[in-house]
This record gives sequence, structure tokens and C-alpha cells, in this order.
Amino acid sequence: MVSSSTDSRRSANAPLLGARTLVYAALCISLMLIDQRSSELDPLRRGLGIVVYPIQALVSLPSRLIDWSAEAAVSRSDLERENNSLKVERLRTRAELQRFNDLEAENVRLRAMLSASDKVADNYIMAEIMAVDANPYHHSIVINKGSNRGIYEGQAIVDANGVIGQTIRIGRYQSTAILISDPDHALPVEVVRNGLRTLAIGTGELDRLELPYLPQNADIEAGDKLVTSGLGGAFPSGYPVATVRSVERPGGEPFSKVQATPAARLDQVRELVLIDTPTPRNEEDPEAADSDAE
Amino acid sequence: MLNNLLNPRASWPLILSIVVALALTALPLPNLLALMRPDWVALVVIYWAMFAQRQLSLWIIILAGLALDVLYGTLMGQHALALLIMSYLPMRLYLRLRVFSWLKLTGAVAGMLFIYEFMLFWINGLSGITTHSADYWVPILTGTLIWPLVLVLLDGIAVRRSNSH
Repeated sequence: MVSSSTDSRRSANAPLLGARTLVYAALCISLMLIDQRSSELDPLRRGLGIVVYPIQALVSLPSRLIDWSAEAAVSRSDLERENNSLKVERLRTRAELQRFNDLEAENVRLRAMLSASDKVADNYIMAEIMAVDANPYHHSIVINKGSNRGIYEGQAIVDANGVIGQTIRIGRYQSTAILISDPDHALPVEVVRNGLRTLAIGTGELDRLELPYLPQNADIEAGDKLVTSGLGGAFPSGYPVATVRSVERPGGEPFSKVQATPAARLDQVRELVLIDTPTPRNEEDPEAADSDAE
Repeated sequence: MLNNLLNPRASWPLILSIVVALALTALPLPNLLALMRPDWVALVVIYWAMFAQRQLSLWIIILAGLALDVLYGTLMGQHALALLIMSYLPMRLYLRLRVFSWLKLTGAVAGMLFIYEFMLFWINGLSGITTHSADYWVPILTGTLIWPLVLVLLDGIAVRRSNSH
């Protein structure tokens, strides 16, 4: 006590530093517990997200600037060439689309005959990735659209080639999404060739998925295409996910070892598309229940 | 408590350095470099905890940690807790640490960074995110290597002599 004056001169934080650290640590722990069990902290996260947003936008400026200047520096002949090839491609896709429209109409008619629920057309929202490497071990990305554009939790994300992931946390101006390669992510898929349903699990590697729940006698082989099955509700059905890379059937084990390569280039994507599925969740439930009963 | 939050002792260099550290954390990098990204915020907090802890109130540490949680999309409070536990030692032992030779000090910083990473690793494990990759610990190495640079830079803007007297 005699030395209390020198103590306080030594440092403002020294008195009760241990006790105060403990109190704040307890605060952090309760925050984490609340955050894990409920979404009550989302307003706090959103508020802090608005504060952090300018920093994120600022640091992603250089790479945007490089993109922009690369675009600005393209020569006229290059542009014309690109324009021509785009025109050709547009023509081709439009021709394909006509067939698709016809098929869709036919599908709706047939479904009406079967009195199955309609597949409503999806809406698309374009977004860009702000931070690719938010955390190398979670395989999550930050995208530049948030609740102000109507993004909601669990929304499916695709690029031109296939499924990328889904949103997990929504901020006002940005959202966090989990990639299908995250070890915690499981995606209901089906094999295009025969409709075999299973789950594709992330491995923590950007170019590899695993299908661990297929029995030894499952009809699957290398080269099989996998698409989303739409079961589980989060993803609309029919989007390409991956191609089976290898199938091993080790003796003495109940399941075969199946590995697949994602269709989307998860490490190179920059622009992506969020799919807004207007189908109410409860309409999909009977379908899911049916397939469970099979 | 409000008095603490609106800490008048918190100087602009401190706030600025933490914001810059957050920006460096959010900077998009190619995958390989991202693996080696040092824990900038932890390094800056260690510096202020040792050399100007009058300015660094625990609230600032918590806020910096929560900002990291938002950036990384981790549990709210995870990085805050790790930063808090990590900065306890330098705040407690700053008088001894200050007279360390720079080599010894760098060793001590490596230890603090290990505590920080271990806390994060541990909380991740509790919440079900497990990592087996040895790459996880690379930022401790790169953080230790870059520490002398951080020390010199922050010394430059902090005018530490005036604070320590």
C-alpha cells in the first residue's frame, strides 16, 4: 500500500489489471456464446460492418484499379474482336435459349398434368467478391451485396460454370458466404446420368470435394456430372456442382471413396451470381418427405 | 466505464496504427501470401501494450478484436478475447520487457503471438472448426520476422520517449 502511489505512476492500467482483464474476458466469452446460439448479435455485427466497410473498400481499390486500367488500355481492334466473338456467342446462346424456353413450357405443362408443384423461375443478383481470402481455413468470401439489395441468409451463389457456395452472414452492404469446399459445407447433389442422390462435402481444398456416403455398389464412375438436387431447400435444383474425378472401392469398407472436381473455379472467380429462389420453403417439404420415404 | 471508452489518452497514432493494421488484414492477397499474412493487429497491440499502455485501454483492444471478427466472419468476441489474453503479459510485464535486448524482445513477441494464435485455435476447436494443417502456425513465424520493422515504424510515429517519462 505504501507503494501505491508509485504503482499508479507506473501505469494507469496497472491497478486491477488482472481483474479488469478477467471482466472483459468474461464479456467476450458471453458474446461468443450468444453469437453461437442465436442471431441476436447480428445488429452489432452489422453496425461494426458499416464501420469496417470503408477499410475493406479502400484496400480492394488497388486490384479494382488494375482491373479498370487493364480494361481502359485495351486497343480498338481487340475490342472489336471481343465484340464480334460475343455477338456470335450471344446468337448461339439465344438459339439454345429458344429450345430451353420451349422445354420449360413443356415441363410446366407436364408438371401441371402430374399436379406437381411449379418450379418458379429464379431471379439473379450480380455481385463481386471483395475479399477472397477472408480466412484460409474457413473458405469463406466477402461479397459486395448485403441486406440493402435483398440478400438473405442461405442464398445460393453460382458463377458461369457452377455452384460456388451460399451466404451465411448478411451485413447491410456486404455479406459473408461459405464456399462448397469448406470442410463444414455439405451440398445435396445428384448424378445427372442416373439420378443417384448423395452429399458433396468440402475438403478444405479448393479443387476437391468428397462424396463419402456412397455404398460400395453405388452406380458412379469417374467423369459423372453432379448437379444440385434441390433437396434440403437451400439450393435450387439443376445447377452443375462438380465432375467425379476418381472412384475407389477399398475392400473391407462399407463406403466407396469418391472424389470430385468442382465445376466452378473457386480460386479464380471474381464476379458471381446470387440466385433468388421465390419458391416458399414449405412447398419443398412434401417433396423432401417423399424422397425420404423412397 | 464511459470515461474509459472515450479515453482521452488514446492518441491519434494509436488509433491510426490500429486502423492501418486492420486494413493490412483486409488487403486482398494471393492465396500463398494470405497464408503467410502476419497478425498485424496483434503486433500493433503488443507494441502499444508495452510502450504506451497509458493510451491503450482494454476497450480499444476489444473494439479492434470485434472489428477483426467482423472482417473474418468469426464468432463475435473470438479475436477480442485472444487479443485481450495476449496483451495481458506485455501490460503486466512491460517494465521488464522494455529493457530486453531487441533479440530477446523479438523472442518474447513470438511467445505472445503464439498465445494469440493458440487462443484462436482453441476457440475454433471448441466451436467445431478444426485445422490439422501446419500452415495455420505460419503467421507466428512471419509476425516474429516482421516485428522489428513494426517496432521501428511505430517508434517513429509514437515518440515513445515522451511517453515513458
